[in-house]
Amino acid sequence: MTARSIRGTAAATLATTVAITAAACSNPGSAGPGAAKDSAVVGIAYEPESLSPLLGYGKDGNSKIFDGLLAFDGAMRLKPALAVALPEVADDGLTYTYRLRKGVTFSDGKPFTAKDVVFTYRTILDKKTNNPNKTELDALKDVRAVGDDTVVFTLKYPYAPFAERTVLGIAPEHVAAKQDVNSGPFTTRPIGTGPYVLTGWSRGEKLSFKANPGHWGGAPAVKRFTMAVIKDDDVRATRLRAGDLDGAILPPNLAKGFKADGSRKTYEATTYDYRTVTLPTHNEVAGDTAVRRALDIAVDRRTMVDKILEGAGEPAYGPVPTASAWFAKGTERRHDLAGAKKILDEAGWKPGPDGIRVRNGVRAAFPLWYLSGDKLRQDHALAYASDARKAGLDIRTQAGAWEVIEPRMKEDAVLAGGGSPGDPDFDQYLLLKSTLGGDGFNNMARYDNPAVDRALEAGRRTDDKAARKAAYDTVQRELAKNPGYTFLTHIDHVYVVADRWDGLSTQVEPHDHGLASGPWWNVEDWKPKK
Amino acid sequence: MARMTGRRALSAVPVLLAVTFAVFAVAAASPFDPVKAYTGTAGLTASQENLDQIRANLGVDQPLLSRWWHWLTSALAGDLGDSSVLRRPVAEVIGERLAWSALLAAAAFTLAILLGTALGVAAARRRGGLLDRAAGSAAYILEAAPAFWLGLLAIWFFALELGVLPAGGLTDTADDTVTAGQVATHLVLPAAVLGISQLPWFFLYVRQGVGDALDEDPVRGARARGLGERTVLLGHALRSGMLPMLTLIGSRIPELITGALLVETVFSWPGIAAATVQAATSVDFPLLAALTVLATAAVLLGNLLSDLLYGLADPRVGFDG
Repeated sequence: MTARSIRGTAAATLATTVAITAAACSNPGSAGPGAAKDSAVVGIAYEPESLSPLLGYGKDGNSKIFDGLLAFDGAMRLKPALAVALPEVADDGLTYTYRLRKGVTFSDGKPFTAKDVVFTYRTILDKKTNNPNKTELDALKDVRAVGDDTVVFTLKYPYAPFAERTVLGIAPEHVAAKQDVNSGPFTTRPIGTGPYVLTGWSRGEKLSFKANPGHWGGAPAVKRFTMAVIKDDDVRATRLRAGDLDGAILPPNLAKGFKADGSRKTYEATTYDYRTVTLPTHNEVAGDTAVRRALDIAVDRRTMVDKILEGAGEPAYGPVPTASAWFAKGTERRHDLAGAKKILDEAGWKPGPDGIRVRNGVRAAFPLWYLSGDKLRQDHALAYASDARKAGLDIRTQAGAWEVIEPRMKEDAVLAGGGSPGDPDFDQYLLLKSTLGGDGFNNMARYDNPAVDRALEAGRRTDDKAARKAAYDTVQRELAKNPGYTFLTHIDHVYVVADRWDGLSTQVEPHDHGLASGPWWNVEDWKPKK
Repeated sequence: MARMTGRRALSAVPVLLAVTFAVFAVAAASPFDPVKAYTGTAGLTASQENLDQIRANLGVDQPLLSRWWHWLTSALAGDLGDSSVLRRPVAEVIGERLAWSALLAAAAFTLAILLGTALGVAAARRRGGLLDRAAGSAAYILEAAPAFWLGLLAIWFFALELGVLPAGGLTDTADDTVTAGQVATHLVLPAAVLGISQLPWFFLYVRQGVGDALDEDPVRGARARGLGERTVLLGHALRSGMLPMLTLIGSRIPELITGALLVETVFSWPGIAAATVQAATSVDFPLLAALTVLATAAVLLGNLLSDLLYGLADPRVGFDG
């Protein structure tokens, strides 16, 4: 073989490789770009790990691909979905009976029945299923089908917000039962009863949906829907401006640039998404009630909202936002630096030579960790430390990954975030119940207050609205007296969307802004503007 | 030739074994928690019991050695396991993405070789000329420029400023079908960036090789016999000047792989590199191990290929062994 023929062979091989790869991957004959009125492209910041409801996708409702037994409306009230009505709850609060909608089919044409509901819940509870949200169904003892169209849930203990948990998507038994629940094809190529059918998921790039013409709620007017996964805020804003996207979630400062644009509208969704500082009970300084109370009024929440959030948010005094009906009026704390100093003086924390207070040889100092790379948490942490400093408390901020932070959570403070709307039990029980202290990321501060424990139990065990309100009022008042956390802000989520459709609104959103949040929470109800 | 191939294949076995074991060892020593990566944000509200159960289900609570052994034995039996972050069988993940990476790498490599050779020959012909000096300085600058930086620069200029080429992805955002035309336009920027980042080496090697050959006796003799300049340059000088480049083709493969890693990330190209980054940051053992084997094999094959080519092109070199 000569050099010449080698060159020829090499070139030919390369050319063939290119041709074969191109041919093998291409799928010619498809439609052109879709700027039509019946299609929408939105930019999202996070991608789900999986699209299987059995692994936690769509657990808070609003999945595009799946329906739950119930769903939340715009005001976060429960409404029937795959069930024909809200459940009948037995007097002891232990049995929930759902009657199912008839004639519903999965997108593969097979009928939906009570068997699918039973399969979904039993699979989620199964130990072998890697669903990290399993604890949310902790109250559930058993679920069984009565005939084809009735499902009965039995609880271990009365759990008032159980119905709010039944918004999670129902998986088809005839598909999902035949494969590995944790890694089978169903986790990435799901089949559901929802208003949209997944047509493609290119991980890290986009999810594509087409309208499900046979959806029991009527065929959506937006026929094609694409969610582009764009992690970087600036790139998302640029692609929105370039017309590549019809809508996107943006940080407030980038959304401002679109305010004057007549062809786009800005939506500010109110949320349960709080930022808080955990004050670990096991820390000598942060565990002292006087320090906690002083910090609670030394922080300037309003300035944080105005400066860090550019006005898109509200001061927070607990996990419940001030605008919620569950908020205990009168528990707002005013910014009062003099009051904070007075509390510390009275408790024996006297200013030392460097201006930092000292009591019995203990310096009023502790570290505050925040997730590295999270600009919003960093800003909150720095503002908090600077406010505390004015009262004579030395808080040193430190950045780290969760792997670094987690082992220190017992002694060190953490700038944490969270929030799930739907029911006051969801956040408060996990954050404040003493028995959950240090259980994974639950009750990170190891808060331990018997009065709060009792109120939390009372709140979840009764279905009586007034009694529940009284219980959660107690929790919030106790939290003002002995704050185990300094709640700072509730953060609005800001979206910019092209003004081409009618019917856009936002729901009260959770901390985790997944696919379901944003003005597209009900994209199936959008109508093109005439 | 066959003996050399066989010997190299045999010696690849311990190398591959060592590399996979190193992957498991390094991943186990890293502070990242696979369970946390698996559960994502949901893990931040999960109970300890729940997290422990998932740890056991994923098998990441096992000691390093048994985990590696388990992976190795099932891999030899044809089962590469399931990727924990992508929630799919590893073989499927690789099968789906490898073709796109191969397309990108092949396009980039072709561009680098063709353009590099053409420029190199032209520069060698008039050493010290304008083209030589311009291309030479550009090559040294490019050698130092990281591929991801070139990528960001290209996005800024062609996608944002001029708006002529898409900034990323495999197809248009609104479209979920893959057409040859769309892939072609989306391929231009990443392939050009990756190709251009490889180009300096080919250019410099060819320029040097052809330049040296032009000074050698056979070429001078050919010139003296009155052969045309074209024949002398392409038939004689290029032929012997190409020799060092054959070695280069093989040895550039590792660089091509790491370059592709960055370029694919910058352009959100759905290739194997994006999966590698994800596998590494989430301590996804099965995926990480399979991808490392693949990359190691590519490097070993590249070296073998260049040695074979060299041996074939220049009989004086021969095959080792």
